[in-house]
Amino acid sequence: MTKNFENEPMMEVYIFETTQNLEQLEQVIICSEKNGGFSPDDVSEIFRFMHTIKGSSAMMLFNNIEKAAHAVEDIFYFIREQKPEGLDFSAVSDLVLECVDFIKAEIYKITNKNEADGDPTKLLDSFNLFLNELRRIFGEEDPQSRGQPQKQQYYIPQEKKQGPPADEDRLNKETGDGSCYQVIIQYEDDCTMENIRAYTLVFGLAELVEEIYYLPADIAENHDTAAYIRENGFEIYFKTELGYEEIKAHFENVIYVEQLLFREIEDERLDPFRRSQNRGQPRETFVLSEQESSKPANPSPAFSEDTQKNNPSAAQKMISVNVDKLDNLMNLVGELMITESMVTQCPEVEMIQSENFHKASIELHKITVELQDMVMAIRMVPLSTTFVKMNRIVRDMCKKLNREVVLDLSGEETEVDKNIIEHISDPLMHIIRNAIDHGIESEDERLAMGKEKAGHILLEAKNVGSDVLIVIKDDGRGLNKARILEKARQNDLLTKPEEEMSDREIYKLILLPGFSTKESITEFSGRGVGMDVVTKNLEEVGGTVLVDSEMNRGTTITLKIPLTLAIVEGMNIRVGKSRYTIPITTISESFRPDQQDCLMDPDNNEMVMIRGQCFPILRLHQHYHIKNAETDLTKGILIMVEQEEKVVCVFADELLGQQQVVVKSLPNYVNSMKKILGLAGCTLLPDGSISLIMDISGLTGLRVQ
Amino acid sequence: MIKEIAEELDQDDDQQGMYLTFELANEYYGLWVGYVTEIIGILPFTEVPELPAYVRGIFNLRGRIIPLMDMRLRFQKKFVKYDERSCVIVIDVAENTVGLIVDSVSEVITFSEADIIEQPMLSSGVSNQFVKSIGKVGNEVKLLLDCDKLLSNHEIETIINEKDEGYVDEMVL
Repeated sequence: MTKNFENEPMMEVYIFETTQNLEQLEQVIICSEKNGGFSPDDVSEIFRFMHTIKGSSAMMLFNNIEKAAHAVEDIFYFIREQKPEGLDFSAVSDLVLECVDFIKAEIYKITNKNEADGDPTKLLDSFNLFLNELRRIFGEEDPQSRGQPQKQQYYIPQEKKQGPPADEDRLNKETGDGSCYQVIIQYEDDCTMENIRAYTLVFGLAELVEEIYYLPADIAENHDTAAYIRENGFEIYFKTELGYEEIKAHFENVIYVEQLLFREIEDERLDPFRRSQNRGQPRETFVLSEQESSKPANPSPAFSEDTQKNNPSAAQKMISVNVDKLDNLMNLVGELMITESMVTQCPEVEMIQSENFHKASIELHKITVELQDMVMAIRMVPLSTTFVKMNRIVRDMCKKLNREVVLDLSGEETEVDKNIIEHISDPLMHIIRNAIDHGIESEDERLAMGKEKAGHILLEAKNVGSDVLIVIKDDGRGLNKARILEKARQNDLLTKPEEEMSDREIYKLILLPGFSTKESITEFSGRGVGMDVVTKNLEEVGGTVLVDSEMNRGTTITLKIPLTLAIVEGMNIRVGKSRYTIPITTISESFRPDQQDCLMDPDNNEMVMIRGQCFPILRLHQHYHIKNAETDLTKGILIMVEQEEKVVCVFADELLGQQQVVVKSLPNYVNSMKKILGLAGCTLLPDGSISLIMDISGLTGLRVQ
Repeated sequence: MIKEIAEELDQDDDQQGMYLTFELANEYYGLWVGYVTEIIGILPFTEVPELPAYVRGIFNLRGRIIPLMDMRLRFQKKFVKYDERSCVIVIDVAENTVGLIVDSVSEVITFSEADIIEQPMLSSGVSNQFVKSIGKVGNEVKLLLDCDKLLSNHEIETIINEKDEGYVDEMVL
């Protein structure tokens, strides 16, 4: 185990990749469990994930993780080779998920720079037991050959992004259009690592060819093959639809090649390789690509390809970028926009009488705006990863509570700013846990109520204006208003008389810290922590929570979150010399009041009467002690803002105009000093000055209370 | 002047014992150069409400938004109008970037270990608590500041409401 973290970038990549692999692995397992078994594709995929984790963990010297991953690999090796009928899938899933959890915990330790000291012995024991059990039940044809072939063979599914015609291709292939080639490569004497070079070459070829076989086969694992290649050259046999010249060109670009023998061969020459592979025996060739799925012995072909394609979180063409870099990029683009307008709006420049110049400056403006949009788009991430994570939670809880709950996902392709996603994962988890534990009834109860046996939870995301709504809807027993009120009374959580509370307000009580109507504490919920996380996290990203419920019909929790934290359509206002920006979505109207409409209540709170209704006035200059500001209500302007059904009229000197602004947070130093009520952040105006962005919910709360 | 100092900052890798000295109400203070990222003239800034008076506001430094602290006010000295000699020293301390307004910057001085004396705890004046040690240069002394303390917020509560009380009159650039 290493205590040495000098290799930070490598460690970072390791942690990132392993986490990603684990997540995907989890999805595959849960997905296949739903489908009632592991398809060959699933098995190979799990195998591949575990192999990657094992390999990289071994490289980083995390032996415990390596051992755990190896144990999973063993089981799936057995499953892949023996294809045991009637295997207890859920037992396998349990074991694998247990292992995934173990590795996750270790990775967490590593991330926090602790030693990954978890002991996998118990886990390994259960794996061994299970594997022995499997061997006993299903038998094994050739126990001695275990371990050896496993080292040599390694299967990489080739994810061709082609879609449906793939099947047809495969049929045609046997009859063969496309031609076969033999290539023998002799590397230069001193190039070293011949096996790795060969492997890279083969990997690159995989995209271009239909079938590929090569000698020696175990180049990736066995470093001794380097010597063999040095002596005898590296032989590749493949079949491709590409023309002779095209494919030859590919080889000519390979570096360190001393001699290249390239010739077309008969299709039959490939047959020996095909045969050895179809037998499923220990083989000498290394197999890449789709052959596996075309095997006749595919036990359940129904669910192999479709499930893959339907999973939006599966392989996409992606690169991962450090978020800090994106933040920097966004700052730079913001700066560029400001500079651009500083240049083009400079009075001297505006005097220039040149049509070309004006065209160019318009073009410049267009490009900078596009650039900004693009940078924003880069930060947008689909919700799917967060959503599919919930499958695991539902699965685990169902097993433990012995309930059947189906999680339906919809709209998971909706995109949200990266920063926001980080904040909603926890709330979603808590809401779903609550829904299963408190909301969904036991099977008997459900049947008695005339409901379907399995409970349903719908997790839906949709775009509404500049917000994203995430709806979590269950068909359970609903919230019990009387119980909530009673509990709130006991815990002294009521802030206003019961009879004045609307239904929604009552339901909202469940989001308060320390609130739980469940009598007993279970493993999952009941302690009264959890739901307050929902409110807290959402507040951080400027979102809100709405709770609706119908007795015995279910509960709907709606999370309303802004599309992005990064851009707000805002109205700039001036108060004295200071400038503020109010998010345009909160503004209902702005007007200059007449003297007779302005009232004062006995506590000296100012009000304004519009269309027969009274609204409180908040003087910004007074509230923030701004000097030299307009104090006469009839000379400034009132902006009526509304958030969460609370309304207040903000008094400012004048409106400066509407603008899309890039939200920046106030500097750390300021934030750590004091939370300024009513300020959400700040932004740069085109002239380079700073405007403060108002947080309307902070303001309304302030004046209404 | 500023340029020369900035160059000097860039040149030396070994920053141990190097302090950027600046003048504040006829006294000389030193900041360890490792904290200093740049020195600029005073830029327009935006006031932020509800902060202690010594935080004058925030300003835009090439897209970064940085709080601006008036060192005179921080040390509870009399506010004076900023002039062409006034400077902002931008420092980076533990994830916080802050601009410090000083009367003028003077030079970078390298102190040998023997020249730095741990501060005798004589009085507990406001500016005293920020002074970590004292550096000797010939007959003069420079007060070497403790940047962590400078940015800590312990005494905020007491100062926070003084902004309205007019001891900071008409602050104009």
